[in-house]
Amino acid sequence: MELYEYTAHELHDILLRKEASAREIVESVFRRIDEVEPLVRAYITLTREEAFAAAGATDARIARGEEIGPLDGIPIALKDNLSTRGIKTTCASRILENYIPPYSATVVERLMSQGVVMLGKANMDEFAMGSSTENSGFFTTRNPWDLDRVPGGSSGGSAAAVSAGEAVLALGSDTGGSIRQPASFCGVVGLKPTYGCVSRYGLVAFASSLDQIGPITRDVTDCAILMNAIAGYDPRDSTSVNREYPDYTQYLIPDIKGLKIGVPKEYFGEGLAPDVREAIEQAMNRLQDMGAILVDVSLPHSEYALATYYLVATAEASSNLARYDGVRYGLRAKGAPDSVTMAKRTRKEGFGAEVKRRIMLGTYALSSGYYDAYYLKALKVRTLLIQDFERAFEACDVVLSPTSPTVAFRIGEKTKDPLSMYLSDIYTITANLAALPGISFPCGFGQDGLPVGLQLLGKHFDEPTLIRAAYAFETAWGPRSPKPPLQTGGRDRASIPAGSFSDD
Amino acid sequence: MTTVEHGLSKEVELKYETVIGLEVHVELLTASKIFCNCSTQFGAEPNSHTCPICLGLPGVLPVVNKRAVEFAIRTALALNCKVSEFSKFDRKNYFYPDLPKNYQISQYDLPLGLEGHLTISYDGEVRRIGIRRVHLEEEAGKSIHEGSDIVGASYSLEDYNRAGIPLLEIVSEPDIRSPREAYVYLNTLRNILRYIGVSDCKMEEGSLRCDANISVRRAGSTTFGAQTELKNLNSFRAVEKGLEYERVRQIRALERGEEIVRETRHWDEARGVTVSMRSKEEAHDYRYFPEPDLVPMVIDREWVEQVRSTLPELPAARRERFIKEYGLPEYDAELLTESRALADFFEECVKGHHDAKAVSNWVMSELLGLLNAEGKSIEESPVTPEYVVQVLDLMAKGTISGRIAKEVFEESFRTGRMPGAIIEERGLVQISDESQLAGVIAEVIRENPGPCADFAAGKEKALTFLVGQVMKKTKGRANPRLVNKLLKDRLERA
Ligand SMILES: [Zn+2]
Repeated sequence: MELYEYTAHELHDILLRKEASAREIVESVFRRIDEVEPLVRAYITLTREEAFAAAGATDARIARGEEIGPLDGIPIALKDNLSTRGIKTTCASRILENYIPPYSATVVERLMSQGVVMLGKANMDEFAMGSSTENSGFFTTRNPWDLDRVPGGSSGGSAAAVSAGEAVLALGSDTGGSIRQPASFCGVVGLKPTYGCVSRYGLVAFASSLDQIGPITRDVTDCAILMNAIAGYDPRDSTSVNREYPDYTQYLIPDIKGLKIGVPKEYFGEGLAPDVREAIEQAMNRLQDMGAILVDVSLPHSEYALATYYLVATAEASSNLARYDGVRYGLRAKGAPDSVTMAKRTRKEGFGAEVKRRIMLGTYALSSGYYDAYYLKALKVRTLLIQDFERAFEACDVVLSPTSPTVAFRIGEKTKDPLSMYLSDIYTITANLAALPGISFPCGFGQDGLPVGLQLLGKHFDEPTLIRAAYAFETAWGPRSPKPPLQTGGRDRASIPAGSFSDD
Repeated sequence: MTTVEHGLSKEVELKYETVIGLEVHVELLTASKIFCNCSTQFGAEPNSHTCPICLGLPGVLPVVNKRAVEFAIRTALALNCKVSEFSKFDRKNYFYPDLPKNYQISQYDLPLGLEGHLTISYDGEVRRIGIRRVHLEEEAGKSIHEGSDIVGASYSLEDYNRAGIPLLEIVSEPDIRSPREAYVYLNTLRNILRYIGVSDCKMEEGSLRCDANISVRRAGSTTFGAQTELKNLNSFRAVEKGLEYERVRQIRALERGEEIVRETRHWDEARGVTVSMRSKEEAHDYRYFPEPDLVPMVIDREWVEQVRSTLPELPAARRERFIKEYGLPEYDAELLTESRALADFFEECVKGHHDAKAVSNWVMSELLGLLNAEGKSIEESPVTPEYVVQVLDLMAKGTISGRIAKEVFEESFRTGRMPGAIIEERGLVQISDESQLAGVIAEVIRENPGPCADFAAGKEKALTFLVGQVMKKTKGRANPRLVNKLLKDRLERA
């Protein structure tokens, strides 16, 4: 087994046992990147030099006999909407193509202070608006399980990198499912923490009241380790919650006896692909076999969630993205006669079609005469959705659903129809609207041997229960997702290695 | 554009009533900006007081400066407002290159202060002007357009030092009834804001700005006429002049049977007229919505009470107290309480020298006279209350005459030396010893037989002349009252 194939906690043990150096680990990962990146295209920017310097620093600490933390020397990919001091942060947008931030996001600072090795900045949908990375202003990332398919989005680069062995860990951001849906499509673990759990300082905003940064990892243990590093109060983010944050690794317990899992009927209706339904139902049976109790719950306002989401998210985005005007940084359109024209042309040239669509939607929703009918109404429905969950959580500990209604779709399949693209987030957006934590982990395979993700939503700040449940499932049924084939056309079911969770 | 000759006929004047509301913006005197730690100091190198937050770089978040909120509460209390228990920030969206995020963090439907009032008095009349709201927001940067305006400029320069300085918007009810009243309101408001130490209110540095809404209506009407908003009012005088022009313009238009167009008008100071601004600059839909990066503020009542307890006595109350406690005339009390520092100075003096009227006279005529001549404020005074007390004490005891007192005080003002020391060194002590004065008086009587005869003939005025001669010979050091008495005695005996 090559070093790049190990998880973070395995690599930590390898470093402790001095079986390999941090330099050898990062070398292995970059060899893998050199090999498969032309196929996958997960990264916008690679930071090879910085990575080797960081690995060298880890090795020096080890050589001096210093104690190293669980993330010291571990290679990570960062979504390109996380501000990295001195390193381009483009948000996959032409408008920020050459923007180099003078400061780092709080999560980046936290990781750096723990000796993490940053590999580069991962591709995404422009400003995190999309579900496939096809909205990247630069290129589309490919799904390692089938190179003709999308990796999901918007954190598609992060998920594909972790899946393809181009990174051990990754950070993504999730506004409506942007961590969980690509994790599901790429067969990896993704967690969207409770709103306020991870500082947003330095995360380039899409929709401020919905955005959260979270881990994308190959297993649940790594997810808990990465959560330990990034969760916590940050005085620089007023929406960050000042409370005690637990050691998430203490919830890596393979026991869910008596766990009450709510199954909302609204999430199993029309639009759910049969192969995904089959995989999810099989996983539900397995959870039951492990001692969990399935209970029927109802989230009656779910049908309004998508509309609500696209009003709230676009309204906030229309304001958040107003600052890209060519005046202070980023792209500036050339040859404009005055600064007003300059701003207009810069935005016209710099933003892609989906970003423009959402800015227009949001501007409209906030306009006088429409505000009450759209934005204000959306806020009211948002409150109803929160109440739906409050009621559901009276009957259960977690809520279960598919992460996405389908497995990874083909590149180009939905680009002509924005609404069908939006529907791929139908099960994930409610967690953002209700500020709840949600985890997606691999639970089986659907058509063409493509991974299916199972989503569990928890109560506010109940990441521990999500981690415990996901860990228990993983321990029983899928200790490690099988390696993606990095081919076009997916795989035969027959090629899936024995012992992985796809066979009965 | 039509010019308006001022002055309406009395008959026309009586037909109309003027309705004015003022929107005042003041920069708060916090050390750092409202959402970041940058300095608020005025006059620094362009863009030297900036950081990722106030430049609106991608990914930054605001954190509210508690001091700015405290200053807003302080102001709300001083203006008799209700301080909201629950308040929040909103985004006001508009594009302008000096607005780093292209939205301003402001307050829309839940301002910090509501429903206050301010009492103004002038020409013996007391009026209560309602304060609709007091809210907190962030200041924009400063643009310099090379050319006429933003669209015609060949290039524009932006300085973001000012961007993010805490700004308080104070909106009055349309309770003001004349341009003069608007002037007095502004003056009163400025004095209060300076008293409570929240702003220096320097219009010339832009730390106080004022927009005015004005309409006219038939006297006795209860509905409002169409209003115009006046901008570019760069001094209190400009506010009064601009409003007066606009008032007359509107009345004349109505008299001609025209309708008033609801619009924003620019005060052209040089030409003394208001000019309609292009409508596209005013057709704003700010698309306000709650600022999602800041959690709503729950204003703790204890905090409000604590802020209230630190409020100083406000100008109006202090004026009343000066009249009652020190027996000062209204004029003196008004003038002395105009600034907190001056009123403090006065009270400090009275602690040492109990004749309050004497202190008032001295401070108003002598001290302010010297300060004004040098363009200094009371805060910059080279003499402390101790000097005033000493000079007044010496005068009251008869040690020095009034004339010497003025001379000595001037020297103290220039050199910083104490009056007592100057008097001693220069031998300026008043001569109150009869035997010392007898010789000089005899000399003056001898040298001025004419005036002496006049006095004997009943011309009282001659005595004044003779006293003056004695003062001259003693270089002003003789006690004039004593000289008067001695001269009279000698001449009447003769
Ligand atoms: Zn700043």
